[in-house]
Parts: sequence; C-alpha cells; structure tokens
Amino acid sequence: MTSIFKKFIQALALITLPLSVFAEWGLNMREGVTPISQKVYDMHMVSLWVVTIIGIVVFGIMFWSIFHHRKSRGVKPAKFSHSTTVEIIWTAIPLLIIIGLAIPATKLLIEMDDTSDTALTVKAVGYQWKWKYEYLEDDLTIYSNLDEKSVELSQRDDSVNPMEHPDYLLDVDEPLVLPTNTKIRILTTANDVIHAWWVPDLGWKRDAIPGFINDNWTMINEPGTYRGQCAEICGKGHGYMPIVVKAVSMDEYKTWVAEKKQSQEAAAAASNKEMSMEELMTKGEAVYKANCLACHQANGQGVQGVFPALAGSEIATKAENLKTHITHILYGKNLMPAFGEQLNDGDIAAVTTYERNAWGNDTGDMVQAADVSAERK
Amino acid sequence: MSTVAHEHDHHHAPTGLKRWIFSTNHKDIGTLYLIFSLMMFFIGGAMAMIIRAELFQPGLQFVDPQFYNSMVTVHALIMIFGAVMPAGVGLANWMIPLMIGAPDMALPRMNNMSFWILPFGFALLISTLFMNGGGPAGGWTMYPPLVLQLGDAFPFLIFTVHILGVSSIMGAINIIATVFNMRAPGMTLMKMPLFVWTWVITAFLLIASLPVLAGAVTMLLTDKYFGTSFFNAAGGGDPVLFQHIFWFFGHPEVYILALPAFGIVSTIIPTFARKPLFGYASMVYATASIAILSFFVWAHHMFTVGMPIKGELFFMYATMLIAVPTGVKVFNWMATMWKGAMTFEAPMLFSIAFVILFTIGGFSGLMLGITPVDFQYHDTYFVVAHFHYVLLTGAVFSLMAAAYYWLPKWTGYMYDEKLAKIHFWLSTIAANVLFFPQHFLGLAGMPRRIPDYNIVFADFNMISSIGGFAYGISQLLFVYIVIKCALGGKKAKAQAWEGAKGLEWTVPSPAPFHTFETPPKLTKSMLEN
Repeated sequence: MTSIFKKFIQALALITLPLSVFAEWGLNMREGVTPISQKVYDMHMVSLWVVTIIGIVVFGIMFWSIFHHRKSRGVKPAKFSHSTTVEIIWTAIPLLIIIGLAIPATKLLIEMDDTSDTALTVKAVGYQWKWKYEYLEDDLTIYSNLDEKSVELSQRDDSVNPMEHPDYLLDVDEPLVLPTNTKIRILTTANDVIHAWWVPDLGWKRDAIPGFINDNWTMINEPGTYRGQCAEICGKGHGYMPIVVKAVSMDEYKTWVAEKKQSQEAAAAASNKEMSMEELMTKGEAVYKANCLACHQANGQGVQGVFPALAGSEIATKAENLKTHITHILYGKNLMPAFGEQLNDGDIAAVTTYERNAWGNDTGDMVQAADVSAERK
Repeated sequence: MSTVAHEHDHHHAPTGLKRWIFSTNHKDIGTLYLIFSLMMFFIGGAMAMIIRAELFQPGLQFVDPQFYNSMVTVHALIMIFGAVMPAGVGLANWMIPLMIGAPDMALPRMNNMSFWILPFGFALLISTLFMNGGGPAGGWTMYPPLVLQLGDAFPFLIFTVHILGVSSIMGAINIIATVFNMRAPGMTLMKMPLFVWTWVITAFLLIASLPVLAGAVTMLLTDKYFGTSFFNAAGGGDPVLFQHIFWFFGHPEVYILALPAFGIVSTIIPTFARKPLFGYASMVYATASIAILSFFVWAHHMFTVGMPIKGELFFMYATMLIAVPTGVKVFNWMATMWKGAMTFEAPMLFSIAFVILFTIGGFSGLMLGITPVDFQYHDTYFVVAHFHYVLLTGAVFSLMAAAYYWLPKWTGYMYDEKLAKIHFWLSTIAANVLFFPQHFLGLAGMPRRIPDYNIVFADFNMISSIGGFAYGISQLLFVYIVIKCALGGKKAKAQAWEGAKGLEWTVPSPAPFHTFETPPKLTKSMLEN
C-alpha cells in the first residue's frame, strides 16, 4: 500500500510537469512534417472552428432562454408549436455547412489516395507484437521491436518508474529509416491479426490486414525522429509495438542501407560460429527480451491458460525434447509465431540455450548455430 | 420501484418470488428490466473503474495487459447490451402501454421470456472471465483474426451474443405488436407520444440489425471450429468482411441506444417548459430519417481498412448527412424551451445536459465523419471521448432523466429533489472531467485500448481518472435516492408534474397493477401535440 501511495505522490508531482511537454504534444492535433499532414491539420482546424462557432451560437441561445424563460421570473408559457419557415431554415443551414465541409474534404481525400510516382517502397508488416519493414527496392529487411528499456519499465513491478524514460513505449531497437523529400510508398499488411500503422506526424494511419495489402504514401519534409503506435487492438502486446520513423537525407539513407546490409551479412556469418556458454546466455537473454518476454514473461512463467510457462516445462527441460524446442521456435505452434525467418541460427541457438538454463531450468544444455541449422527444413 | 400498490388491484395478484419469475405484467417486467440494467450498470462501471485505475499513471500497476483488454471488452458489452438496452426496454415496457392506453403488452408471455433469458446471458458472459485463457479480450467489436485467438471463452462469447440478440428481438416484436394493435381508440399514429414513436422505430432497427450480428458471430464460430474461411484470407476469405457485417449491425445499434433517449427528452422538456413539443411531425420524420440513414453509413467505422476511394466518399457524405436530421431535433428542443415557463427539477436538468452534451458528441461525430481527418482520429481517445459523450452523457443521462421523471408514477412517492440535484451536478461535472480531456489525449496521439502509455499523456489521463472515480461514486447516490423513494416520501399525485401531458398521468400514482382494462376515452386536449 505504501508503494501505491508513493506512486500517487510521484504522479501528482507529474501534474506540474514542465510546460515544454505541453508545448511539444499540446492539446491539439500535430501539424506533422508532410504536405498531407499539414492539410489534414488545416481541415481539422476548419471543422473544429465550424463546430465551435455552431456550439457557441446554439448553446448561447439556449442559455439565454434558460435564463429568461423560467417560471420563477413569472413568465407565462407561449403556445406555439411549429413554424414551417424556421424549420426549413434550420434544415437548410446545416445542409449548406456540411456541403461546405465536404468539398475540401473530398479534394484532400483524392490527393491522399494518389500513390503514383513513388521513388521508394517500404512494406510494413505487423506481427504480434513488432513491425517488420521490407525495403523492396534495396532488398533489405529489418525487424523493429520495442526498446529494451521500455520492456524493463513496462513490467508490473513497483521498483520501476516509467517516468525515467522520455520515449517510454515510443521507442524501438531498429527505427524505420526513410529519406526526406522523397515520395515513398508504404504498403501495410500483417502476419497474424489486424494491426494499424500510425505515425501522427505523417498525417494518417492505415490498417495492416493479414492477406491483404494497403498502399499509402508519404513525403517527409524535415529530417527528424517521428513516433507512433499500433492503432488497432491486436492482443496483449497492442500497447507495446511502437513505430519510429527516422527521416534523414537521401545520401545518409543510402549510406545507412549499405551499412545495414553489411552488418546483417556480418551478423549472419558470425552467427554460425561456436559460442561459449557465457556468450550464449548473454545473447540469449537479449533475444529473449526482444522476442519472447511479451508472452512468456520475464520470469518464464507465461500467462496461465494463454501462454505456457517455460520455467520447468517439459519441452525446455527434458533432453529428448531439445529438437522440439528448436522447431517450435523456428516454425511456431498455435499462437506462437514462427521465428525462423526473423532470427538467424545463432540467435535461435542462444535463446534456446538461455531458455534451457534460466529460471532454474539448469539443464546445462548448450545449443549451437549448427544444431539450429540442422532443424531448418 | 418495486412497490406496485396492491390495494388498487381488483384481481388476484401473485405474490413473492413467483410474482417476479412468472410475471406477465408489463409493469413488473418493466421493473425487472430496470433493476437488472442498474445492476449491470454497476458491474460494467466497476470494470471502467479498473480501467481508469490502471490508466491513472504510466506503468503497469494493477492488472496485466491481457486482463486489461478483457475489461475494455466486457465493459463495453455489458454497458451496451446489459445496461443501456435493457433500461430502454424496461422503460418501454412500463410506459408504452400506459402512454397508448393499453392494458398490457401484446405478448405478455414472450415478454417474460425476453427478460428472463437476459440474466443467464450475462452470467455466461461474466463467467468467461474465469475461464482458461481469460475472458474476451479483442474488443467488443470481436474482429477476427484476433477474436479467434480467444481460449475456452470463445464459444461462450458467441452464445452470449446470440442470447442477448434473441432477447432484444423478442422485446422489439412485442413493442411493435403492442403499438400497432393496442392503441386506445382515437390515438392515431401521428397522435402518439414521441417516446412511443422513437421506440417503434428503434424496434424496427433491432429486428433489422440483430440477425445480421447473429450471422456474423455464427460465421466466426464456424471459422474457428468447422473449418470455414469466411474471414480467413489464407482460405479465400476476408477479415474485413466481418467488419462490414458487424458495422451493418453496429451503426444501427448506435441509434438503438440513442433514439429512445431522444424520445425521453422530447417527453420531459415540454413538461418542464410547460409548452407543447415544437415540431412534433418533424421530430417523427427526423427520427425515421436518422433510422434509415443509419443503415447506409456503417463503413465510417472502418475508414482506415483501405476501401476504394469511391466507397470512402459515399460513406463520408452519408455520414455527414445525418447531421441534418439530428440538428433538426436539437433545434426543436431549443424551440420547445423558447418562451416556455421553465422549472429545473432533476429530470429537466438531466434533459438539458443531455441536449448540450449529446450535441458536443455530435460535433466530434461530424469531425470524425470527415474521412481524410478521420485517418488521424480513428482508434484514438478522440473516438473514446466522442462515443462516451453520446452514450454516457447522452443515452445514460436521458435514462437518469427518465428514472426521475417517472419514479413518482412507479413508486407513488416523490423522490428527494435536493439529493437528485446533487446527483445531477456531481454526475455532470464528473463526466466532463472524465471525458473532455480524452479529446486532447486522442489528438495528441494516444491510441485507444492500450493499458499503458508514454509520460506525455500522463496529465490528462490522471485528470480523466479522477473524473472517472468521481462519476462512479456519484452513481451510488442515485441508488440511494431510488431506494429512498421506493420506501416512502411525499405522496405523488396522479399528475406528478404540473406541466405533464399524456395518459400515464391520468392513472393513480403508483400505477395500479392493472390499468386501462377498458380503453380510455381520449379528450381533445389529450391528443394535442
């Protein structure tokens, strides 16, 4: 109870957060950094002002009436109960207002729909609970997981305090790097359930639907880091799959692609090497945090009835189940996704080793990349 | 509410538990519906308190994300199907026969059944929270493929939806049969009280839309257990198909919750303005237009699924068009108040708050209808704020107004006006503290249905939670006022309110067990609209 009280006090202190935070996120929609996001913002402001003015007029008249037409002021009620003229007027005026709003909205929608002449295509694939980005022209694939610090701070644990992390739940290990001033096509789809890809600064969101591909476009004017989140409930980890876009100049983007490809190749090569127990455990823990913890939990206990425990489980402790353990990770089972495509042999070897030796499993088993490779079909 | 006076009763009336279990009396069944919906309001409300407690500050404090999702899902199902809809049916049961001069509902035995399957439906739904794998956690919209990942609770969820649908359809059939066959001589359709009109139209919406929902969830069931692929792209199906079918039910459902509210407010405002309802005929036509349009706007709930642009434009225009008849209604209520001689008892206060706050919900609704901007608003707290303005400060406030308005007729006693006014002000202030900041959260970029959030959202979430707790606690006062009123107080006259019009005020308060066994003779002034 005292810790809840402490948190309450901490939280109250939050109300006095520096105004800079307000200035950054504000009360209103963000103007964003693309031509479209600016137009969306303008359209939002137009409609907001329209309804605000209608509200002031309508509620103003109503309050005037409430103040003046009351029995306590000795008013005798009037008897009228219809008037065709005013009824026609107050049907016509709203009709004109919505026509006035619909015209610019139609123009904007048509502009947003035009995905022609894009210079670069990125396919964003939603997973429970991460994003995969495929740069189709550059033949590069990256996976974007919630950052490690957010993972630690988001546990149900009184000793952690998310206030320490300004980008809590809005940061990833591998951001989506995009070039500025380039018309980019962003395709959205999903691997398992429906997700939605949303970065407020880009001015739109779009569902990512398994089996279907939606196409969208953006053109980012200003270099910078732009953060968003999955916007369609997608299960337990829905709040934990942010989207981070890092916009850089075309040159920097090209350099980044080249470096990324090189480092991926190097990692793939290195992953085939034999590792010591210590190396396997360290790497395994990192892989576990990024990929497995959301379901199987930090303590390996899983969630009863939904996600099985690994601590003390048959598969993670019995020697005869070692191969099953590896194939479950490679190819998935029931709700568990297949990781064979997104993790290399060394990562899977490390995480398998970690799961067989953490939380008192202590099997002493060491799994090497070659063991994983042998199970790949 | 349950003390229907026996001394006025010339017939043998059942007593004890059997009176309620085997009841075919529209007043008793109405009472059962109302008490049941109040209980569900508190169960669903308790879940909302868990949600607001978890969102009080960043970080996970009380519940796991999976359970949080269950709370979000079951809160919605209970509030929609368990609190607001049964309350509406309860009012219809109690008041429609009294308003049209009928002795009872047309189909009294079906009336009993349509109520008594409800408690079983909700027992089933709540029991899913304790099943292996937890309760439904994919949102009340039950989108596949996510909903198919549900554990043992899945078939029970589907069965619950079927039970609730069957109950509502029976209730709707009963209302239509009653209104079309049992009106007192001289009460033509265009002479009916507006509350009756809104309920007839609502009943048609129920009959047209609920079977569609039943079809959709049955397709989910066969997808999960019988190898069909209605919603599975890998088998040639389409997950978005479910959303189209669901919202073809879901949007009329919104008006199923809202139209009876319009009827209530259209009854109460003339009473306390002491002036006839302005534009009765246009009110009827506006209600019917809204109902018809509600079948052509469903896809505005799914602008972001990637529809062809022609579809998006069609649904944007149709959605914006609804603002016109809705505007007519608001203007009519204002014109009814204009130059009246108003007093501000609790029913009037709740009705005026309804008009203002429902309109604010309508404003955000208009903004949400603009497709290119909806791409930003969609699935954020802006939407959460929007639908709570129309459903809580809208539908629920109108139900509170109705309860205060007709409590004297139900119990024979006046409720405690002073406490009721306190209840009104606490509810109104708390509800706005609760939901207004959620507009800002949504605009700032906070998605809905997340258990935890970045620290930039912390301030408004905390304010919203404080409003939430205050709103929850204030509703206990309502229960106290109702119980106090049922037990005694100042005797209510047959016509409890000075300016009230309508047949229900010609029978004694409390209304006797049987009323209008011979049809009433309607005088000219009674039929004035």
